[in-house]
Amino acid sequence: MIDMSVEIAGVRFKNPVTVASGTFGSGMEYCEFIDLSRLGAVTTKGVAAVPWEGNPVPRVAETPSGMLNAIGLQNPGIDVFMDRDLPFLAGFDTNVIVNVCGHTEEEYLAVVERLYGDTRVSMLEINISCPNVREGGMSFGTDPDMVYRITKRIKEAASQPVIMKLTPNVTDIKLTAKAAEDGGADAISLINTLTGMKIDPEKRAFVLANKTGGLSGPAIRPVAVRMVYEAAGAVNIPVIGMGGISCASDALEFILAGASMVSVGSANFSDPETVTKVIDGIEDYMVRHKVEKIKDLTGYLL
Amino acid sequence: MKKKERALIISQTELAAGIFEMRLAAPQISSCAVPGQFVMVGIRDESHILPRPISICEADKALGQIRLVYRIAGEGTREMSTYLPGTSIDLTGPLGKGYPLDAVNEDTTALIVGGGIGIPPLLGLSKALNCTRKIVLGYRDELFLDHDFESCGNIYISTDTGSHGVKGTVMDAISQYQIKPDIIFACGPLVMLKAVKGFAAEKGIPAFISLEERMACGIGACLGCVVKTPERDNHSNVNNTRVCTEGPVFDSREVLL
Ligand SMILES: Cc1cc2nc3c(=O)[nH]c(=O)nc-3n(C[C@H](O)[C@H](O)[C@H](O)COP(=O)(O)OP(=O)(O)OC[C@H]3O[C@@H](n4cnc5c(N)ncnc54)[C@H](O)[C@@H]3O)c2cc1C
Ligand SMILES: Cc1cc2nc3c(=O)[nH]c(=O)nc-3n(C[C@H](O)[C@H](O)[C@H](O)COP(=O)(O)O)c2cc1C
Ligand code: FES
Repeated sequence: MIDMSVEIAGVRFKNPVTVASGTFGSGMEYCEFIDLSRLGAVTTKGVAAVPWEGNPVPRVAETPSGMLNAIGLQNPGIDVFMDRDLPFLAGFDTNVIVNVCGHTEEEYLAVVERLYGDTRVSMLEINISCPNVREGGMSFGTDPDMVYRITKRIKEAASQPVIMKLTPNVTDIKLTAKAAEDGGADAISLINTLTGMKIDPEKRAFVLANKTGGLSGPAIRPVAVRMVYEAAGAVNIPVIGMGGISCASDALEFILAGASMVSVGSANFSDPETVTKVIDGIEDYMVRHKVEKIKDLTGYLL
Repeated sequence: MKKKERALIISQTELAAGIFEMRLAAPQISSCAVPGQFVMVGIRDESHILPRPISICEADKALGQIRLVYRIAGEGTREMSTYLPGTSIDLTGPLGKGYPLDAVNEDTTALIVGGGIGIPPLLGLSKALNCTRKIVLGYRDELFLDHDFESCGNIYISTDTGSHGVKGTVMDAISQYQIKPDIIFACGPLVMLKAVKGFAAEKGIPAFISLEERMACGIGACLGCVVKTPERDNHSNVNNTRVCTEGPVFDSREVLL
C-alpha cells in the first residue's frame, strides 16, 4: 500500500501536491481539464481586502525556460471571493489554501479576520512579496524583523494555520525562514518569483509595462531547490516547495531537499493537466523505489 | 467545451513570404469551434514554456480538421513553421468567445474587415455568416488567402504599397467603395481596430472586433491578458476583462482601446 498523505499543522492532505498561487485562479478554469478532488489542495490566487486592478499590459513575457509576470495581484476582493470562489471549491474533496495579499499590515489582517472561523478554508498562505506602501514599497518579505512582526500579528488574528510565503529576493533565506518560524508560522512556502527584467533591443523598450516582473518556470528551479534545502535546514516547521516544477522528478527534487509538500505553478500554463501528471508520477516513483510512505522521502538529503 | 488534444499535422504550406498555413487533424476541437475562437499551440522545444495563441482560420467538422494561418513573428512561430506533416503537436481549444453569428439576418449587410495576420479568422466567419457580405482585406504588399474569400461576397483589397487594390488602409478602401454596412466584424492590428471602432460609433452601428494580448494560460486563470473596460467586469470585479475568455471578440463599445 502506497501512502501519499501528508499532515501539516494538523491538516491532512491526501497527497503532497498543490498548485502555486496565481497560476490556477480558484480552479474554475482548470476543472474543465482535471478533477480538482485529486489534488492535495487548491491554493488560490492572492486575495486582498478590496478589489485590485493590477498592472497595465503587457503583463507577461516569455524568457528562456521561464516567464516574467507583472499581473500586479489583480483580484476581485475578499467579498466576491467568499461569495463565489469558496462555495465553488467547497464542491470538491480537497483542501483549500487561501493566498492573502495586502499593501499594509492592516490590509492583510482585514482579509484574515474576514476568513476567521470559515471552515471552507484549510490554511492561509500569506504572500509577503507584496510592496509595503508604508515602507516606500519595499517588500514585506525582505526584512526579517518585518517578517517576524507581520507573522505574529497574522497568527494572533487567524483561526486557520498560517503558511508564510517567502520571497527569494534576499541575501540569506535562512534568516527570513527563521523569522517566520519565530513569529509563530505553522509552515513556510517558497519560492515566490525572482525579480527580473526583459528588454526588446529592436524597440529599445521594456517588454513589460511594469518594467520588472517575477521570473518563474524551470529557469528558477535550481535556485528554488537550493533555497528550500537551506530553509528546511534552518527551521523545524514544514516547508512547501515550489519553483519550476513541471514533472514528478522535479517535484521529488524538492521533497528530497526538505519539502513536505510541493506546488505546481507556471507549468499549468503549458499543460493544464500537469498537476495530475505530477501526482501520478510521484506514485509511480514510489512503486518503482518501493517507498511506502511519501513522508519517508521528505528531507532525505537534509 | 475546451479540450486538450494532440493534433497531427496534415500539411504545412507557405502562402506568402513568412505566412504559413497548417492543417491539423483535431476532431474534438473542430467539432465545436466557432469562428473567431483560437487555440493555444504547444511549442515542441520545451525552453518555450508558454503555448502560442493562434486563431482558428477554419474548422471542418466533417473532416475533423482545423486550419491555422500564422505569420513568423518570433522564435515560437519560426519553430512551428519547421514542423513537417506527420508531426503531432499539443493544442488546447477552442478557446474564448467567437463572433456572434446570430447578430445578422438575411437582410443585413455585414462589413468584414481584416488587416494582415488578422485576416485568417475572418475566413471561417465569412463562410458562416448568412447575410450580404462586403469583405475588405488590407495587406502590406503581398496577398494571401484572398482567393479563399471569393465564394463569400464582394472583396475589396487595400495595400500599403499600392501593389494591389486601393493604396492605403482598409479605411481608405471602405470610404472609396462607399460601403454602408449595418454591422462590422473586424480583426487586425490595434490601429485598424481603433479606426473601426470610431467608424462604427460615428455611423451608430455595432462592431465586433477581435483583440490580441500577451497570454500565458489562455484559459482565464492567470489574468495576464486583460483589456480595460468602461464598466466593471463581472468576473474580475474591476474595470478590465480577460481577452482569452470574455474575448478575443468583443463588442467595440465594451472595451477601451
Ligand atoms: C487570440 C489571438 C489570436 C491570434 N491569432 C493569430 C493567428 O491566427 N495568426 C498569427 O500569425 N498570429 C496570431 N496571433 C499572434 C500570435 O499569437 C503571435 O504572433 C505569436 O504568439 C508570436 O510567438 P513567437 O514565439 O513567434 O514570437 P515571440 O515574440 O518570440 O513570442 C514571445 C512571447 O510573446 C507572445 N507574443 C508575441 N507576439 C504576440 C502577439 N502579437 N499577440 C499575442 N502574444 C504575442 C508569444 O505568445 C510568446 O509568449 C494571435 C494572438 C492572439 C492573442
Ligand atoms: C502569473 C503568476 C501569478 C502569480 N500570482 C501569485 C499570487 O497571487 N500570490 C503569490 O503568492 N504568488 C504568486 N505567483 C508566484 C507563484 O505562486 C510561484 O511562487 C512562482 O511562480 C514559482 O513557481 P513556478 O516556477 O512553478 O511558477 C504567481 C506566479 C505567476 C507566474
Ligand atoms: S491568458 Fe491567462 S487569463 Fe488570459
